[in-house]
Amino acid sequence: MIRTLPRQRGYTTAFRIYIILFYLFLFAPLVITCILAFNDSNFPSLPWKGFTLDWFLADGPQRIGLLHDSSNMRSIWVSVQTALWVSILSVVVGTMAAFLFEQEQFPGKQGLYFLALTPLVIPGVILGISLLLTANSLGIFFEDTLGLDIPFLRPSFWLVVFGQFSFIATFVLLVVSARLKKFDHSLEEAALNLGATRFEVIRFITLPFLRPALIGSGAVAFLMSFENFNTTLFLVGSETTLPVNLYLQVRDGSTPIINAVSFLLIVSTSTLAVINLIMTKHETSA
Amino acid sequence: MKNHLRLGLFIFLTPVLLWLLLLIIVPHIELLIMSLHGKNDTGDMVWTLANYRHFFTEEIYWYTFVRTALYAIIVTILTFLVTFPVAFYITKVVSPRLTGFLTILLLMPFWVSELVRVYGWMILLRESGVINHLLVSTGLLKVPVEMLYNDISMLMGLVYTSMLFMVVPLISSLESMDDSLIEAAHDLGASPTTIFLRIIIPYAAPGITSGAIVVFMLALGNYLTPKLMGGKNSLWFTEQIYNEFIASFNWNQGAAFGFLLLALSSILIWSGLKISRQHLGKALS
Repeated sequence: MIRTLPRQRGYTTAFRIYIILFYLFLFAPLVITCILAFNDSNFPSLPWKGFTLDWFLADGPQRIGLLHDSSNMRSIWVSVQTALWVSILSVVVGTMAAFLFEQEQFPGKQGLYFLALTPLVIPGVILGISLLLTANSLGIFFEDTLGLDIPFLRPSFWLVVFGQFSFIATFVLLVVSARLKKFDHSLEEAALNLGATRFEVIRFITLPFLRPALIGSGAVAFLMSFENFNTTLFLVGSETTLPVNLYLQVRDGSTPIINAVSFLLIVSTSTLAVINLIMTKHETSA
Repeated sequence: MKNHLRLGLFIFLTPVLLWLLLLIIVPHIELLIMSLHGKNDTGDMVWTLANYRHFFTEEIYWYTFVRTALYAIIVTILTFLVTFPVAFYITKVVSPRLTGFLTILLLMPFWVSELVRVYGWMILLRESGVINHLLVSTGLLKVPVEMLYNDISMLMGLVYTSMLFMVVPLISSLESMDDSLIEAAHDLGASPTTIFLRIIIPYAAPGITSGAIVVFMLALGNYLTPKLMGGKNSLWFTEQIYNEFIASFNWNQGAAFGFLLLALSSILIWSGLKISRQHLGKALS
Protein backbone atom coordinates (compact mmCIF):
# COMPACT_ATOMS: atom_id res chain seq x y z
CA MET A 1 0.00 0.00 0.00
CA ILE A 2 2.65 2.52 1.03
CA ARG A 3 6.41 2.36 0.97
CA THR A 4 6.86 0.96 4.48
CA LEU A 5 4.40 -1.89 4.05
CA PRO A 6 5.02 -5.18 2.25
CA ARG A 7 3.69 -4.82 -1.24
CA GLN A 8 2.17 -7.09 -3.83
CA ARG A 9 4.03 -7.12 -7.10
CA GLY A 10 0.95 -6.68 -9.31
CA TYR A 11 -0.13 -3.60 -7.40
CA THR A 12 3.26 -1.91 -7.70
CA THR A 13 3.63 -2.62 -11.42
CA ALA A 14 0.11 -1.50 -12.27
CA PHE A 15 0.62 1.64 -10.27
CA ARG A 16 3.91 2.41 -12.00
CA ILE A 17 2.36 1.91 -15.45
CA TYR A 18 -0.49 4.25 -14.54
CA ILE A 19 1.96 6.94 -13.42
CA ILE A 20 4.00 6.62 -16.61
CA LEU A 21 0.84 6.91 -18.72
CA PHE A 22 -0.24 9.91 -16.69
CA TYR A 23 3.02 11.77 -17.31
CA LEU A 24 2.80 10.90 -21.00
CA PHE A 25 -0.72 12.36 -21.07
CA LEU A 26 0.60 15.42 -19.26
CA PHE A 27 3.49 16.16 -21.59
CA ALA A 28 2.33 14.82 -24.98
CA PRO A 29 0.56 17.99 -26.19
CA LEU A 30 3.39 20.27 -25.11
CA VAL A 31 6.18 18.13 -26.56
CA ILE A 32 4.37 17.74 -29.87
CA THR A 33 3.70 21.48 -30.07
CA CYS A 34 7.40 22.20 -29.53
CA ILE A 35 8.60 19.60 -32.03
CA LEU A 36 6.27 20.81 -34.79
CA ALA A 37 7.57 24.37 -34.38
CA PHE A 38 10.71 23.12 -36.15
CA ASN A 39 9.05 21.07 -38.88
CA ASP A 40 9.77 22.22 -42.42
CA SER A 41 6.11 22.10 -43.46
CA ASN A 42 3.42 24.70 -43.96
CA PHE A 43 1.06 22.93 -41.57
CA PRO A 44 1.65 22.02 -37.94
CA SER A 45 1.28 18.29 -38.54
CA LEU A 46 3.28 15.21 -39.41
CA PRO A 47 4.98 13.85 -41.56
CA TRP A 48 8.32 15.24 -40.50
CA LYS A 49 9.85 17.09 -43.45
CA GLY A 50 13.10 18.16 -41.91
CA PHE A 51 14.37 20.68 -39.41
CA THR A 52 13.93 24.40 -39.99
CA LEU A 53 14.06 27.66 -38.09
CA ASP A 54 11.80 29.35 -40.65
CA TRP A 55 8.91 29.72 -38.19
CA PHE A 56 11.09 31.86 -36.00
CA LEU A 57 13.37 33.69 -38.42
CA ALA A 58 12.00 33.69 -41.97
CA ASP A 59 11.30 37.11 -43.48
CA GLY A 60 8.86 36.38 -46.33
CA PRO A 61 7.80 36.15 -49.02
CA GLN A 62 6.62 32.52 -48.66
CA ARG A 63 7.00 32.22 -44.93
CA ILE A 64 7.00 34.80 -42.21
CA GLY A 65 8.67 33.81 -38.97
CA LEU A 66 7.64 34.96 -35.52
CA LEU A 67 10.32 37.65 -35.27
CA HIS A 68 8.91 39.36 -38.36
CA ASP A 69 5.26 38.84 -37.49
CA SER A 70 4.36 42.26 -36.16
CA SER A 71 0.91 41.31 -34.82
CA ASN A 72 2.28 38.54 -32.59
CA MET A 73 5.34 40.51 -31.52
CA ARG A 74 3.16 43.47 -30.57
CA SER A 75 0.78 41.30 -28.57
CA ILE A 76 3.72 39.77 -26.67
CA TRP A 77 4.84 43.26 -25.75
CA VAL A 78 1.30 44.25 -24.68
CA SER A 79 1.10 41.12 -22.51
CA VAL A 80 4.44 41.86 -20.86
CA GLN A 81 3.37 45.42 -20.01
CA THR A 82 -0.01 44.25 -18.74
CA ALA A 83 1.56 41.54 -16.59
CA LEU A 84 4.09 43.99 -15.13
CA TRP A 85 1.40 46.45 -14.08
CA VAL A 86 -0.88 43.73 -12.78
CA SER A 87 1.84 42.13 -10.68
CA ILE A 88 2.99 45.46 -9.21
CA LEU A 89 -0.57 46.50 -8.33
CA SER A 90 -1.51 43.07 -7.00
CA VAL A 91 1.58 42.72 -4.82
CA VAL A 92 1.12 46.20 -3.31
CA VAL A 93 -2.61 45.93 -2.64
CA GLY A 94 -2.51 42.20 -1.79
CA THR A 95 0.23 42.80 0.79
CA MET A 96 -1.67 45.72 2.29
CA ALA A 97 -4.72 43.49 2.53
CA ALA A 98 -2.65 40.79 4.23
CA PHE A 99 -1.43 43.31 6.81
CA LEU A 100 -4.97 44.53 7.27
CA PHE A 101 -6.45 41.10 7.93
CA GLU A 102 -3.55 39.65 9.92
CA GLN A 103 -2.56 42.58 12.09
CA GLU A 104 -5.42 45.02 12.44
CA GLN A 105 -8.65 44.76 14.36
CA PHE A 106 -11.76 46.53 13.18
CA PRO A 107 -15.50 45.91 13.07
CA GLY A 108 -16.70 43.95 10.05
CA LYS A 109 -13.31 42.33 9.51
CA GLN A 110 -14.68 38.81 8.94
CA GLY A 111 -17.16 40.03 6.36
CA LEU A 112 -14.55 42.05 4.50
CA TYR A 113 -12.14 39.10 4.54
CA PHE A 114 -14.80 36.88 3.02
CA LEU A 115 -15.42 39.52 0.37
CA ALA A 116 -11.71 39.75 -0.40
CA LEU A 117 -11.60 35.98 -1.06
CA THR A 118 -14.59 35.86 -3.40
CA PRO A 119 -12.80 37.07 -6.57
CA LEU A 120 -11.02 33.70 -6.76
CA VAL A 121 -14.32 31.80 -6.89
CA ILE A 122 -16.11 34.11 -9.30
CA PRO A 123 -15.77 32.77 -12.86
CA GLY A 124 -13.38 34.97 -14.84
CA VAL A 125 -15.96 35.57 -17.54
CA ILE A 126 -18.29 37.17 -14.97
CA LEU A 127 -15.55 39.44 -13.64
CA GLY A 128 -14.90 40.51 -17.22
CA ILE A 129 -18.47 41.29 -18.20
CA SER A 130 -19.41 43.03 -14.95
CA LEU A 131 -16.39 45.31 -15.21
CA LEU A 132 -17.16 45.96 -18.88
CA LEU A 133 -20.75 46.92 -18.04
CA THR A 134 -19.70 49.21 -15.19
CA ALA A 135 -16.99 50.96 -17.17
CA ASN A 136 -19.39 51.45 -20.03
CA SER A 137 -22.14 52.90 -17.80
CA LEU A 138 -19.63 55.21 -16.12
CA GLY A 139 -18.36 56.32 -19.51
CA ILE A 140 -21.89 57.14 -20.69
CA PHE A 141 -22.58 58.94 -17.41
CA PHE A 142 -19.49 61.14 -17.70
CA GLU A 143 -20.19 61.89 -21.31
CA ASP A 144 -23.83 62.84 -20.69
CA THR A 145 -23.40 64.92 -17.55
CA LEU A 146 -19.96 66.44 -17.93
CA GLY A 147 -19.35 66.07 -21.63
CA LEU A 148 -16.12 64.23 -20.86
CA ASP A 149 -14.86 61.37 -22.99
CA ILE A 150 -12.70 59.07 -20.90
CA PRO A 151 -10.92 56.56 -23.18
CA PHE A 152 -9.89 54.47 -20.17
CA LEU A 153 -13.53 53.42 -19.65
CA ARG A 154 -13.78 51.79 -23.04
CA PRO A 155 -12.26 48.34 -23.57
CA SER A 156 -8.59 49.21 -23.31
CA PHE A 157 -5.21 48.40 -21.84
CA TRP A 158 -6.04 49.76 -18.38
CA LEU A 159 -9.38 48.04 -18.18
CA VAL A 160 -7.58 44.73 -18.79
CA VAL A 161 -5.05 45.59 -16.09
CA PHE A 162 -7.78 46.33 -13.55
CA GLY A 163 -9.84 43.30 -14.53
CA GLN A 164 -6.91 40.95 -13.98
CA PHE A 165 -5.79 42.76 -10.85
CA SER A 166 -9.25 42.31 -9.28
CA PHE A 167 -8.70 38.59 -8.71
CA ILE A 168 -4.89 38.25 -8.77
CA ALA A 169 -4.70 40.53 -5.71
CA THR A 170 -6.63 37.86 -3.78
CA PHE A 171 -4.01 35.31 -4.72
CA VAL A 172 -1.23 37.56 -3.39
CA LEU A 173 -3.27 38.16 -0.24
CA LEU A 174 -3.44 34.41 0.44
CA VAL A 175 0.28 33.81 -0.13
CA VAL A 176 1.45 36.80 1.92
CA SER A 177 -1.04 36.06 4.74
CA ALA A 178 0.27 32.51 5.01
CA ARG A 179 3.80 33.83 5.46
CA LEU A 180 2.69 36.59 7.84
CA LYS A 181 1.04 33.98 10.08
CA LYS A 182 4.47 32.46 10.73
CA PHE A 183 5.91 35.80 11.74
CA ASP A 184 7.21 36.07 15.29
CA HIS A 185 5.56 39.18 16.71
CA SER A 186 8.12 39.52 19.49
CA LEU A 187 10.49 40.86 16.82
CA GLU A 188 8.10 43.72 16.13
CA GLU A 189 7.52 44.34 19.81
CA ALA A 190 11.26 44.45 20.45
CA ALA A 191 11.73 47.03 17.69
CA LEU A 192 8.83 49.11 18.97
CA ASN A 193 10.25 48.99 22.50
CA LEU A 194 13.59 50.17 21.16
CA GLY A 195 11.86 53.24 19.76
CA ALA A 196 11.14 52.35 16.12
CA THR A 197 7.99 53.76 14.61
CA ARG A 198 5.42 51.40 13.20
CA PHE A 199 6.48 52.15 9.64
CA GLU A 200 10.14 51.62 10.44
CA VAL A 201 9.15 48.25 11.85
CA ILE A 202 7.34 47.33 8.66
CA ARG A 203 10.14 48.65 6.47
CA PHE A 204 13.09 47.04 8.29
CA ILE A 205 11.61 43.97 9.97
CA THR A 206 8.35 42.75 8.50
CA LEU A 207 8.98 43.36 4.79
CA PRO A 208 12.40 41.66 4.77
CA PHE A 209 10.75 38.69 6.46
CA LEU A 210 8.04 38.65 3.77
CA ARG A 211 10.50 38.98 0.87
CA PRO A 212 10.28 35.38 -0.40
CA ALA A 213 6.48 35.51 -0.34
CA LEU A 214 6.48 38.87 -2.13
CA ILE A 215 8.85 37.71 -4.87
CA GLY A 216 7.11 34.36 -5.25
CA SER A 217 3.61 35.78 -5.41
CA GLY A 218 4.79 38.55 -7.73
CA ALA A 219 6.20 35.99 -10.15
CA VAL A 220 3.04 33.91 -10.06
CA ALA A 221 0.92 37.06 -10.46
CA PHE A 222 2.96 37.89 -13.56
CA LEU A 223 2.32 34.45 -15.04
CA MET A 224 -1.38 34.47 -14.11
CA SER A 225 -1.78 37.80 -15.85
CA PHE A 226 0.33 36.81 -18.84
CA GLU A 227 -1.80 33.77 -19.59
CA ASN A 228 -5.21 35.10 -18.58
CA PHE A 229 -7.84 34.70 -21.21
CA ASN A 230 -11.36 34.61 -19.73
CA THR A 231 -11.43 38.02 -18.06
CA THR A 232 -9.28 39.68 -20.71
CA LEU A 233 -11.46 38.56 -23.62
CA PHE A 234 -14.25 41.00 -22.69
CA LEU A 235 -12.07 43.95 -21.71
CA VAL A 236 -9.51 43.94 -24.47
CA GLY A 237 -9.45 46.90 -26.84
CA SER A 238 -7.32 47.39 -29.91
CA GLU A 239 -4.18 46.29 -28.04
CA THR A 240 -4.74 42.54 -27.88
CA THR A 241 -2.80 40.45 -25.38
CA LEU A 242 -0.95 37.35 -26.52
CA PRO A 243 -3.53 34.72 -25.40
CA VAL A 244 -6.37 36.59 -27.11
CA ASN A 245 -4.31 37.12 -30.24
CA LEU A 246 -3.33 33.44 -30.31
CA TYR A 247 -6.93 32.42 -29.79
CA LEU A 248 -8.04 34.44 -32.82
CA GLN A 249 -5.38 32.71 -34.91
CA VAL A 250 -6.16 29.21 -33.65
CA ARG A 251 -9.87 29.75 -34.30
CA ASP A 252 -9.24 30.77 -37.89
CA GLY A 253 -6.91 27.90 -38.72
CA SER A 254 -3.41 27.10 -37.60
CA THR A 255 0.05 27.85 -38.88
CA PRO A 256 3.36 26.73 -37.39
CA ILE A 257 3.86 30.31 -36.17
CA ILE A 258 1.50 29.43 -33.32
CA ASN A 259 3.83 26.53 -32.52
CA ALA A 260 6.79 28.90 -32.54
CA VAL A 261 5.06 31.25 -30.07
CA SER A 262 4.03 28.28 -27.95
CA PHE A 263 7.58 26.94 -27.94
CA LEU A 264 8.91 30.25 -26.63
CA LEU A 265 6.12 30.41 -24.03
CA ILE A 266 6.74 26.87 -22.83
CA VAL A 267 10.49 27.38 -22.56
CA SER A 268 10.29 30.76 -20.82
CA THR A 269 7.49 29.95 -18.39
CA SER A 270 9.00 26.64 -17.32
CA THR A 271 12.36 28.34 -16.78
CA LEU A 272 10.68 31.01 -14.66
CA ALA A 273 8.67 28.39 -12.75
CA VAL A 274 11.77 26.30 -12.00
CA ILE A 275 13.74 29.37 -10.87
CA ASN A 276 10.84 30.36 -8.64
CA LEU A 277 10.60 26.87 -7.15
CA ILE A 278 14.33 26.63 -6.48
CA MET A 279 14.33 30.08 -4.89
CA THR A 280 11.40 29.37 -2.58
CA LYS A 281 12.96 26.01 -1.62
CA HIS A 282 16.25 27.76 -0.91
CA GLU A 283 14.62 30.51 1.14
CA THR A 284 12.52 28.16 3.25
CA SER A 285 15.41 25.80 3.97
CA ALA A 286 17.78 28.67 4.80
CA MET B 1 0.49 54.32 20.11
CA LYS B 2 -3.24 54.26 19.64
CA ASN B 3 -3.01 56.98 16.99
CA HIS B 4 -0.30 55.11 15.12
CA LEU B 5 -2.46 52.03 14.97
CA ARG B 6 -5.48 53.98 13.69
CA LEU B 7 -3.35 55.60 11.00
CA GLY B 8 -1.99 52.19 10.01
CA LEU B 9 -5.48 50.79 9.80
CA PHE B 10 -6.54 53.68 7.61
CA ILE B 11 -3.58 53.29 5.25
CA PHE B 12 -4.15 49.54 4.81
CA LEU B 13 -7.91 49.78 4.67
CA THR B 14 -8.23 52.43 1.95
CA PRO B 15 -6.69 50.55 -1.01
CA VAL B 16 -8.41 47.32 0.01
CA LEU B 17 -11.79 49.03 0.20
CA LEU B 18 -11.21 50.76 -3.14
CA TRP B 19 -10.29 47.45 -4.74
CA LEU B 20 -13.28 45.54 -3.40
CA LEU B 21 -15.77 48.33 -3.84
CA LEU B 22 -14.84 49.54 -7.32
CA LEU B 23 -13.81 46.26 -8.91
CA ILE B 24 -16.00 43.69 -7.17
CA ILE B 25 -19.10 45.09 -5.42
CA VAL B 26 -20.14 47.89 -7.77
CA PRO B 27 -19.60 45.85 -10.97
CA HIS B 28 -21.69 42.98 -9.64
CA ILE B 29 -24.50 45.30 -8.58
CA GLU B 30 -24.30 46.84 -12.05
CA LEU B 31 -24.48 43.33 -13.53
CA LEU B 32 -27.68 42.68 -11.59
CA ILE B 33 -29.21 46.05 -12.52
CA MET B 34 -28.37 45.60 -16.20
CA SER B 35 -29.89 42.12 -16.18
CA LEU B 36 -33.15 43.61 -14.88
CA HIS B 37 -33.35 46.18 -17.65
CA GLY B 38 -34.61 45.86 -21.18
CA LYS B 39 -36.22 47.77 -23.99
CA ASN B 40 -40.00 47.99 -23.88
CA ASP B 41 -42.22 48.18 -26.97
CA THR B 42 -41.43 51.81 -27.60
CA GLY B 43 -37.68 51.22 -27.33
CA ASP B 44 -37.10 52.83 -23.94
CA MET B 45 -35.01 51.21 -21.24
CA VAL B 46 -37.25 50.04 -18.38
CA TRP B 47 -37.05 47.68 -15.42
CA THR B 48 -38.18 44.26 -16.55
CA LEU B 49 -37.85 40.55 -15.91
CA ALA B 50 -37.95 39.83 -19.63
CA ASN B 51 -34.31 38.75 -19.80
CA TYR B 52 -34.89 36.06 -17.20
CA ARG B 53 -38.23 35.07 -18.72
CA HIS B 54 -36.46 34.69 -22.04
CA PHE B 55 -33.96 32.32 -20.44
CA PHE B 56 -36.68 30.03 -19.15
CA THR B 57 -38.86 30.06 -22.25
CA GLU B 58 -36.12 29.50 -24.83
CA GLU B 59 -35.27 25.84 -24.52
CA ILE B 60 -31.75 26.19 -25.90
CA TYR B 61 -30.69 28.54 -23.10
CA TRP B 62 -31.65 26.53 -20.07
CA TYR B 63 -30.69 23.33 -21.83
CA THR B 64 -27.15 24.70 -22.27
CA PHE B 65 -27.20 25.91 -18.70
CA VAL B 66 -28.10 22.51 -17.22
CA ARG B 67 -25.72 20.73 -19.56
CA THR B 68 -22.84 23.01 -18.58
CA ALA B 69 -23.54 22.46 -14.88
CA LEU B 70 -23.72 18.66 -15.25
CA TYR B 71 -20.59 18.51 -17.36
CA ALA B 72 -18.71 20.70 -14.90
CA ILE B 73 -19.64 18.25 -12.13
CA ILE B 74 -18.53 15.30 -14.27
CA VAL B 75 -15.24 17.08 -15.00
CA THR B 76 -14.69 17.62 -11.27
CA ILE B 77 -15.27 13.94 -10.48
CA LEU B 78 -13.09 12.75 -13.37
CA THR B 79 -10.31 15.12 -12.38
CA PHE B 80 -10.37 13.69 -8.86
CA LEU B 81 -10.30 10.11 -10.13
CA VAL B 82 -7.39 10.79 -12.48
CA THR B 83 -5.22 12.78 -10.08
CA PHE B 84 -5.79 11.01 -6.76
CA PRO B 85 -3.61 7.99 -7.61
CA VAL B 86 -0.89 10.35 -8.78
CA ALA B 87 -0.99 12.40 -5.58
CA PHE B 88 -0.97 9.19 -3.54
CA TYR B 89 1.93 7.73 -5.51
CA ILE B 90 4.02 10.88 -5.19
CA THR B 91 3.47 11.32 -1.47
CA LYS B 92 3.21 7.75 -0.19
CA VAL B 93 4.53 5.15 -2.62
CA VAL B 94 7.54 6.41 -4.55
CA SER B 95 10.87 6.71 -2.76
CA PRO B 96 11.14 10.11 -1.04
CA ARG B 97 14.13 11.06 -3.21
CA LEU B 98 11.87 11.21 -6.27
CA THR B 99 8.99 13.06 -4.61
CA GLY B 100 10.35 16.55 -5.25
CA PHE B 101 11.32 15.83 -8.82
CA LEU B 102 7.96 14.28 -9.72
CA THR B 103 6.11 17.19 -8.11
CA ILE B 104 8.05 19.80 -10.09
CA LEU B 105 7.50 17.79 -13.27
CA LEU B 106 3.79 17.65 -12.47
CA LEU B 107 3.44 21.40 -11.99
CA MET B 108 5.47 22.52 -15.01
CA PRO B 109 2.89 22.13 -17.79
CA PHE B 110 0.40 24.25 -15.89
CA TRP B 111 2.50 27.36 -16.04
CA VAL B 112 2.01 27.34 -19.77
CA SER B 113 -1.00 29.24 -21.05
CA GLU B 114 -4.22 27.22 -21.27
CA LEU B 115 -4.44 28.19 -24.91
CA VAL B 116 -1.12 26.50 -25.71
CA ARG B 117 -2.20 23.33 -23.94
CA VAL B 118 -5.51 23.21 -25.80
CA TYR B 119 -3.71 23.91 -29.06
CA GLY B 120 -1.38 20.99 -28.33
CA TRP B 121 -4.36 18.67 -28.01
CA MET B 122 -5.85 20.05 -31.20
CA ILE B 123 -2.81 19.20 -33.28
CA LEU B 124 -2.68 15.76 -31.65
CA LEU B 125 -6.32 14.81 -32.08
CA ARG B 126 -7.69 16.38 -35.22
CA GLU B 127 -8.23 14.56 -38.47
CA SER B 128 -4.90 15.68 -39.92
CA GLY B 129 -3.35 15.38 -36.46
CA VAL B 130 -0.37 13.53 -35.11
CA ILE B 131 -2.21 10.57 -33.57
CA ASN B 132 -4.13 9.92 -36.77
CA HIS B 133 -0.92 10.14 -38.77
CA LEU B 134 0.76 7.59 -36.52
CA LEU B 135 -2.22 5.22 -36.54
CA VAL B 136 -2.59 5.35 -40.32
CA SER B 137 1.11 4.99 -41.06
CA THR B 138 1.37 1.96 -38.76
CA GLY B 139 -1.65 0.45 -40.48
CA LEU B 140 -3.90 0.40 -37.43
CA LEU B 141 -6.35 2.66 -39.22
CA LYS B 142 -7.23 2.78 -42.90
CA VAL B 143 -8.48 6.36 -43.00
CA PRO B 144 -8.01 9.13 -40.44
CA VAL B 145 -10.87 9.62 -37.95
CA GLU B 146 -11.89 12.96 -36.49
CA MET B 147 -11.16 12.64 -32.77
CA LEU B 148 -11.64 16.31 -31.97
CA TYR B 149 -14.86 18.31 -31.74
CA ASN B 150 -16.99 15.99 -29.64
CA ASP B 151 -18.06 15.78 -26.02
CA ILE B 152 -15.38 13.28 -25.07
CA SER B 153 -12.51 15.37 -26.41
CA MET B 154 -14.02 18.39 -24.68
CA LEU B 155 -14.27 16.58 -21.33
CA MET B 156 -10.71 15.35 -21.69
CA GLY B 157 -9.52 18.87 -22.45
CA LEU B 158 -11.33 20.26 -19.42
CA VAL B 159 -9.88 17.58 -17.14
CA TYR B 160 -6.44 18.22 -18.56
CA THR B 161 -6.58 21.98 -18.03
CA SER B 162 -7.89 21.76 -14.47
CA MET B 163 -5.84 18.86 -13.06
CA LEU B 164 -3.34 21.12 -11.34
CA PHE B 165 -5.94 22.67 -9.08
CA MET B 166 -6.94 19.24 -7.83
CA VAL B 167 -3.54 17.64 -7.52
CA VAL B 168 -1.88 20.42 -5.50
CA PRO B 169 -4.36 20.41 -2.58
CA LEU B 170 -4.42 16.59 -2.69
CA ILE B 171 -0.63 16.41 -2.43
CA SER B 172 -0.49 18.89 0.42
CA SER B 173 -3.18 17.12 2.44
CA LEU B 174 -1.68 13.66 1.86
CA GLU B 175 1.81 14.96 2.62
CA SER B 176 0.77 15.98 6.12
CA MET B 177 -0.74 12.55 6.78
CA ASP B 178 1.26 10.38 9.16
CA ASP B 179 2.14 7.05 7.51
CA SER B 180 1.76 5.28 10.85
CA LEU B 181 -2.02 5.73 10.58
CA ILE B 182 -2.01 3.49 7.51
CA GLU B 183 0.50 1.11 9.07
CA ALA B 184 -1.58 0.76 12.22
CA ALA B 185 -4.69 -0.01 10.22
CA HIS B 186 -2.75 -2.55 8.18
CA ASP B 187 -1.36 -4.25 11.31
CA LEU B 188 -4.83 -4.46 12.76
CA GLY B 189 -5.89 -6.37 9.68
CA ALA B 190 -7.74 -3.79 7.61
CA SER B 191 -8.00 -4.52 3.91
CA PRO B 192 -6.63 -1.94 1.43
CA THR B 193 -10.20 -0.96 0.54
CA THR B 194 -11.06 -0.32 4.18
CA ILE B 195 -7.86 1.67 4.70
CA PHE B 196 -8.63 3.70 1.62
CA LEU B 197 -12.26 4.44 2.46
CA ARG B 198 -12.05 4.82 6.23
CA ILE B 199 -8.63 6.39 6.71
CA ILE B 200 -7.15 7.97 3.61
CA ILE B 201 -10.26 9.56 2.11
CA PRO B 202 -11.51 11.13 5.37
CA TYR B 203 -8.04 12.46 6.02
CA ALA B 204 -7.73 13.97 2.56
CA ALA B 205 -11.29 15.39 2.63
CA PRO B 206 -10.27 19.05 3.11
CA GLY B 207 -7.89 18.81 0.17
CA ILE B 208 -10.54 17.11 -1.94
CA THR B 209 -13.05 19.86 -1.16
CA SER B 210 -10.77 22.75 -1.99
CA GLY B 211 -9.63 21.03 -5.17
CA ALA B 212 -13.19 20.23 -6.20
CA ILE B 213 -14.39 23.80 -5.62
CA VAL B 214 -11.69 25.36 -7.74
CA VAL B 215 -11.93 22.75 -10.51
CA PHE B 216 -15.69 23.08 -10.65
CA MET B 217 -15.55 26.86 -10.81
CA LEU B 218 -12.89 26.82 -13.52
CA ALA B 219 -14.72 24.23 -15.61
CA LEU B 220 -18.00 26.11 -15.35
CA GLY B 221 -16.41 29.40 -16.35
CA ASN B 222 -14.18 27.96 -19.04
CA TYR B 223 -14.58 29.33 -22.52
CA LEU B 224 -11.52 28.28 -24.51
CA THR B 225 -11.63 24.52 -24.11
CA PRO B 226 -15.32 23.93 -24.96
CA LYS B 227 -15.05 26.42 -27.81
CA LEU B 228 -11.95 24.93 -29.40
CA MET B 229 -12.28 21.23 -28.50
CA GLY B 230 -16.04 20.76 -28.32
CA GLY B 231 -18.24 20.12 -31.32
CA LYS B 232 -20.94 22.26 -32.84
CA ASN B 233 -23.45 20.68 -30.47
CA SER B 234 -21.39 20.97 -27.31
CA LEU B 235 -22.28 24.56 -26.59
CA TRP B 236 -21.06 25.83 -23.22
CA PHE B 237 -22.95 28.46 -21.25
CA THR B 238 -20.05 30.93 -21.36
CA GLU B 239 -20.32 30.81 -25.15
CA GLN B 240 -23.93 31.96 -24.83
CA ILE B 241 -22.76 34.89 -22.71
CA TYR B 242 -20.06 35.71 -25.23
CA ASN B 243 -22.56 35.57 -28.08
CA GLU B 244 -24.93 37.97 -26.35
CA PHE B 245 -22.14 40.41 -25.58
CA ILE B 246 -20.00 40.36 -28.68
CA ALA B 247 -22.15 38.95 -31.47
CA SER B 248 -25.73 40.10 -30.72
CA PHE B 249 -24.66 43.11 -28.68
CA ASN B 250 -27.60 42.43 -26.33
CA TRP B 251 -25.81 43.32 -23.09
CA ASN B 252 -28.92 43.12 -20.92
CA GLN B 253 -29.59 39.54 -21.95
CA GLY B 254 -25.90 38.73 -21.51
CA ALA B 255 -25.94 40.26 -18.04
CA ALA B 256 -28.88 38.04 -17.08
CA PHE B 257 -26.98 34.97 -18.29
CA GLY B 258 -23.89 36.11 -16.42
CA PHE B 259 -25.87 36.57 -13.24
CA LEU B 260 -27.41 33.11 -13.56
CA LEU B 261 -23.97 31.56 -14.04
CA LEU B 262 -22.69 33.45 -11.01
CA ALA B 263 -25.66 32.27 -8.94
CA LEU B 264 -25.16 28.67 -10.04
CA SER B 265 -21.48 28.62 -9.21
CA SER B 266 -22.02 30.36 -5.86
CA ILE B 267 -24.78 27.95 -4.82
CA LEU B 268 -22.78 24.87 -5.74
CA ILE B 269 -19.61 26.12 -4.07
CA TRP B 270 -21.56 27.13 -0.97
CA SER B 271 -23.21 23.72 -0.70
CA GLY B 272 -19.86 22.03 -1.27
CA LEU B 273 -18.46 23.97 1.67
CA LYS B 274 -21.52 23.20 3.82
CA ILE B 275 -21.46 19.47 3.10
CA SER B 276 -17.77 19.22 3.93
CA ARG B 277 -18.13 21.69 6.86
CA GLN B 278 -15.39 24.01 5.64
CA HIS B 279 -14.87 27.75 5.37
CA LEU B 280 -13.98 29.55 2.18
CA GLY B 281 -10.76 30.89 3.70
CA LYS B 282 -9.56 27.41 4.61
CA ALA B 283 -10.60 25.88 1.33
CA LEU B 284 -8.65 28.43 -0.70
CA SER B 285 -5.39 28.52 1.24
